[in-house]
Amino acid sequence: MEFVAQHPILVVSLVKIVVLLFVLMTALAYLSWFERKVIAHIQSRWGPYYVGAHGLLQPLADGVKFLFKEDLTLPAADKVLYILSPFLALSLAMTTLALIPFGPATVYIFGQPTQLVVANVDVGLLFLFAITSIGVYGVALAGWSSNSKYSLLGGLRSSAQMISYEVSLTLSVVGVLLLAGSFNFNEIIEHQQGYFQYLPFIPRWNVFPQIVGFVCYFISAIAETNRAPFDLPEGETELVGGFHTEYSSFKFAMFFMAEYGNMITVSCLATILFFGGWLSPLPDSWTWQQYLPGVGLLLAALYLAYDTVRNMRGIGRIQLAVVTLLAGGIGLLCLLPGVAPVILGPFWFLGKVFFVIFFYVWTRSTLPRMRYDQLMSFGWKLLLPVSLLNLVATALWIVVRHP
Amino acid sequence: MNVVPISYYLVLSAILFGLGVVAFVFKRNIITIFMSIELMLNAVNLAFVAFARAHDQLDGLIFVFFVIVIAAAEAAVGLAIVITIAHNRRSLNVENVDLLKF
Amino acid sequence: MSIPFILFFVFALVAVGGAIMLILAREPIHSALSLVLVMVALAALYLLLGAEFISAVQVIVYAGAVMVLFVFVIMLLNAGVEERTNFSHMAKYAGLPLAIFLLFGLTHWMAHSAIGATVANGVGAPNQAAVSTRALSTMLFQKYLFPFEATSILILIAILGALVLAKKGTE
Repeated sequence: MEFVAQHPILVVSLVKIVVLLFVLMTALAYLSWFERKVIAHIQSRWGPYYVGAHGLLQPLADGVKFLFKEDLTLPAADKVLYILSPFLALSLAMTTLALIPFGPATVYIFGQPTQLVVANVDVGLLFLFAITSIGVYGVALAGWSSNSKYSLLGGLRSSAQMISYEVSLTLSVVGVLLLAGSFNFNEIIEHQQGYFQYLPFIPRWNVFPQIVGFVCYFISAIAETNRAPFDLPEGETELVGGFHTEYSSFKFAMFFMAEYGNMITVSCLATILFFGGWLSPLPDSWTWQQYLPGVGLLLAALYLAYDTVRNMRGIGRIQLAVVTLLAGGIGLLCLLPGVAPVILGPFWFLGKVFFVIFFYVWTRSTLPRMRYDQLMSFGWKLLLPVSLLNLVATALWIVVRHP
Repeated sequence: MNVVPISYYLVLSAILFGLGVVAFVFKRNIITIFMSIELMLNAVNLAFVAFARAHDQLDGLIFVFFVIVIAAAEAAVGLAIVITIAHNRRSLNVENVDLLKF
Repeated sequence: MSIPFILFFVFALVAVGGAIMLILAREPIHSALSLVLVMVALAALYLLLGAEFISAVQVIVYAGAVMVLFVFVIMLLNAGVEERTNFSHMAKYAGLPLAIFLLFGLTHWMAHSAIGATVANGVGAPNQAAVSTRALSTMLFQKYLFPFEATSILILIAILGALVLAKKGTE
């Protein structure tokens, strides 16, 4: 305890990092389950269904498979870079989540009051873009170090696509920065409080004045994270596997997780910049909304209980019963008077992030792939001028309105 | 409480600059020579930021901003020239680019 | 041994280690990656000196765009293993002692100067807070407006030059 008193920031940061890592690794694993289920249901089939109840143990099975697969090491590859690239990609994808604020409330860890963010940096948005810029190296070095034609081509194409769309990504966000006047995430979110003057039921989120910026941002984000419809460099039917052709077992799993991590980061950023972060769409005077998370989880637990009794047999029944009890327990926990106001911010934040990720997966299963030259000309010839025009229009509007 | 004097940063800047000069003089690959120029520019940037902190003025930081921008422009044009040389001379060894020697 | 001291030494060692790896690496791609390491370590040192905006700009522009350009060119030109040079005898036997002597002289002179003794962090620092982006941008757009506009024209010239050179080279 004396150590805690002498180095309060260090201990509190370590606790937050551990909690965030734990939640993030679980989220990455179950994001793959979510994506497979959603794509499957859009394609009129079930996704993973047999491994656990409703396929819930599928990520565990995939993890075990990746661990036990043969770990190839190419003889002609550059060994240092070959092993370094997946680590670089994954660690950068996970680092960006240290900057994201999850809620406004002050929690007490070991008696120290602290915010729900690991690092509240004044230039948080710039640092997030900085970490994303370094992520290009993971892809480029993976392609080079595999010492294979397809990998090199895929890696170069992927990284060229990433650096092209980085420009329009950063420019489409500058409109939001001009409105908010700061790089700090908390200040950007607090700028989006309240409701519009003549439409008092629409919250003052940045997506409404900056709809062009949001569309440019979202398209650039899909291209930046190499997801469909912009995933030509890594689609299985196109360039064999792109930059991760020669990777197997755990290193491939790391690239896989890095892609999902990038997806989560970009969705969190979209929520903070355009959808009001942890702000609630309902008026703040409705204090009953702090019981929404708990009530929602209890309703979900009731539905799961019904599903257990009605549809499951055998071991699936036991697994789903465990999930029901877990959901019910967390629901009751969220109804406690000490926890309810704290959990409200993260509840809205994670709900919005969930919808943005759902939109991501929906886009993947709906749109066909774009050809590489179409992709590059779209990024440079259409998205970049539109982002610039958005920036100029926002700046002009601010100068005219507030001279 | 021990704090870091500015002279530590200046010595580090001098060391990095010296290592950049060594790399510039002794390497034979054009691209590596280019990278040593970037290393020297970075060392100078560090000295500028350290002095900006010491005098508590922002002009040093503005200068660093311009140095970074100009280094980016220089790298773009320089690498285009390097690609042209590589196509024409079929080699990246700087000792092969000696047509103007007397 | 306070935290800024330890952080300074860690990042300084990483920067010098990266620079030495740049000299000693056999393949250009390893040199390029060591330079990226140096740039990231320098960005951390800028943070210690309170320049947050410059640190982020260094990583985004320098380490994230300029060095990616270098890495692309190395990959496209397939720059192979660098041949070993024989350093001249003068460089090998007199160079290193002279360099160390110069370094000690420089350190001694700087440490005893007035500006060198100013502390960078903690009690006695000229400005304990980080530099705000707002102050920096006000100065950039008011006092240094002409260099700013001239630099943008310079970048335009660089883009045009690179385009013309790249086109000619592939004929």
